[in-house]
Amino acid sequence: MSQETAITKKLVCKRPTFKMYPLGFCAGCHYGIIYRLLDEVLEEMELKGTAICIGGGGCSTMGAMFMDIDGFGGPHGPGAAIASALNRVYPDAVIFAVQGDGEQGAIGLGSFVATAVRGENITVITMNNACYGMTGGQLAPTTLLGMVTPTTPGGRDQEMAGYPMHGPELVAPLKGVAYAARGTVHTFANRQKSKKMLTTAFQKQQQRLGFGVVEFLSACPTNWKLSSTECIQFIEDKMLPEFPLGEFKNIEKKKE
Amino acid sequence: MTERILSTGNDAVARAAISAGCKNYFAYPITPQSEIAHYMARELPKIGGAFLQSEGEYAAAYMVLGGALSGERVMTSTSSPGIALMQEPLSMLITAELPAVIVDTQRLGPGTGTGGQQGQTDYSFVTRGVYGGIRYPVLAPYSVSEIFEFVQLAFHIADKYRIVAMVLTDFVLGRMTEYLELKTFDFGPLPEKDWALKGKAHKGGRSDFLFTVTGLMLDITGFFAQQQEKCDKIIDSEIRYETYKAEDADFLIVAYGYSARVSKRAVNMAREQGIKAGLFRPITLWPFPKEALQREASRAGKVLVVEDSPGGLVEDVELAVKGAAAIHFLGIQARHTSRAEGLIFPERILQEVRELL
Repeated sequence: MSQETAITKKLVCKRPTFKMYPLGFCAGCHYGIIYRLLDEVLEEMELKGTAICIGGGGCSTMGAMFMDIDGFGGPHGPGAAIASALNRVYPDAVIFAVQGDGEQGAIGLGSFVATAVRGENITVITMNNACYGMTGGQLAPTTLLGMVTPTTPGGRDQEMAGYPMHGPELVAPLKGVAYAARGTVHTFANRQKSKKMLTTAFQKQQQRLGFGVVEFLSACPTNWKLSSTECIQFIEDKMLPEFPLGEFKNIEKKKE
Repeated sequence: MTERILSTGNDAVARAAISAGCKNYFAYPITPQSEIAHYMARELPKIGGAFLQSEGEYAAAYMVLGGALSGERVMTSTSSPGIALMQEPLSMLITAELPAVIVDTQRLGPGTGTGGQQGQTDYSFVTRGVYGGIRYPVLAPYSVSEIFEFVQLAFHIADKYRIVAMVLTDFVLGRMTEYLELKTFDFGPLPEKDWALKGKAHKGGRSDFLFTVTGLMLDITGFFAQQQEKCDKIIDSEIRYETYKAEDADFLIVAYGYSARVSKRAVNMAREQGIKAGLFRPITLWPFPKEALQREASRAGKVLVVEDSPGGLVEDVELAVKGAAAIHFLGIQARHTSRAEGLIFPERILQEVRELL
């Protein structure tokens, strides 16, 4: 057998098993990549048979309906509360809620923090694109200072709209939280690191150590009014200084 | 032999839910029904159930939704301001066709209302469905026994039609104590919950997605046609009401819940004085027993609506009777005192009947 044949037979990556294509995200949006990572992690951990995805309202829920696992979606904000209850009633399932930054930090903040306080064995996956994607790019809790949006026409001013919010760092000190991290998918290396974060979050959930949250920085070319490549530069230059990557909490044992 | 106990209305709600196989309860404390949560917190862990005190009523109703996704029976209970906070999740539950039971133990008034006093001021709010043009059935018991029966019936109706069913009580009914026979009711067979989200490994590899976005995935006219079909079935099969001495009545009192108890007493007092009074008591407030009421009202000729509110039920009565009888109203102004603990007493109703004769 020639060396060439051996190389071509090696599986580099599998096509994700989404139920329908195209996914419906705008060109250059990172949500598709994040859902792909989710799909890969669930596949590799053999969790697809027991996984249930709670989508939110807005763009984040679209991926939830394309994934080939059980799912629910539509309501904007209460994903963590819905996932909490489903976990209590049906603890055998691997339950995760996917939500936007507005759901985590604004309309769903109460449920996000309360769920973390209770240390529910669920994972929240947040897409941080620094704006409300589906409604037209308005100010989100994560919008950067100075960033122009339809509801901050002069740029976000901390006197008017406060400072950008950091969800994982906010809940990390809570005793009920087992895992809190932030990743990004704008470079290949970061994609692999973020995938590991997802894997760790689901491992903590399976060990029933408590609440997990993984936040992803994600491009929104439509509302940022930038090209796909400019978006990557924007994340590198503007998002990363405000939103540090890495793990803010990773426990091995439950707090007494 | 069925066990006979003394129970409050609120405890009867909790006992009925457990009798109906509901092991999952999510709620936020609010007077005058927190005793339901106390009972559930104590009893559900003993039977492997899930009790979870939520971060608010909005979250409680969303937790009900989360629990309902599993196909298990789920419930929440609250009082008037809490029902307002539950409007969005209620609409989501009905849109996603998830069965659930909600108990509203009414307290008096708008705003914060009175912390824990009697009132029937939620009628119009809970009988008109939720935003988005969809309806749900509302059952109105008037005794502890009926609370026990109707909560079980609500679970049956919820499962049968994949809808939210509400049981509407009030401060008096929730807090009063009566004898209660602990029996489990059999309301007939139910469809299998093949839609439940259990993970696709439990369904031969088929993954399901339940959705509340009517505009994106569903055919809009098809969605409303299906909702209408469901409503028509509920109207055809589930309308319930009770009449008391109405057969020969020439004066018909219409009342529900605690007002119906008081009115029944007034009917007896009137009969003792030779006045042919009768009672019509709607049990399902939606669907409203329109035809039956029109029949009874047009025979009697005179109607007095008694409710402890500025007027909610009276509008349904006007719509049902369609001018076939004279309609009078005795509402919150008829309370014996202007203080929060005021009540409408049978004597006051009798006085009104005598004046209207």
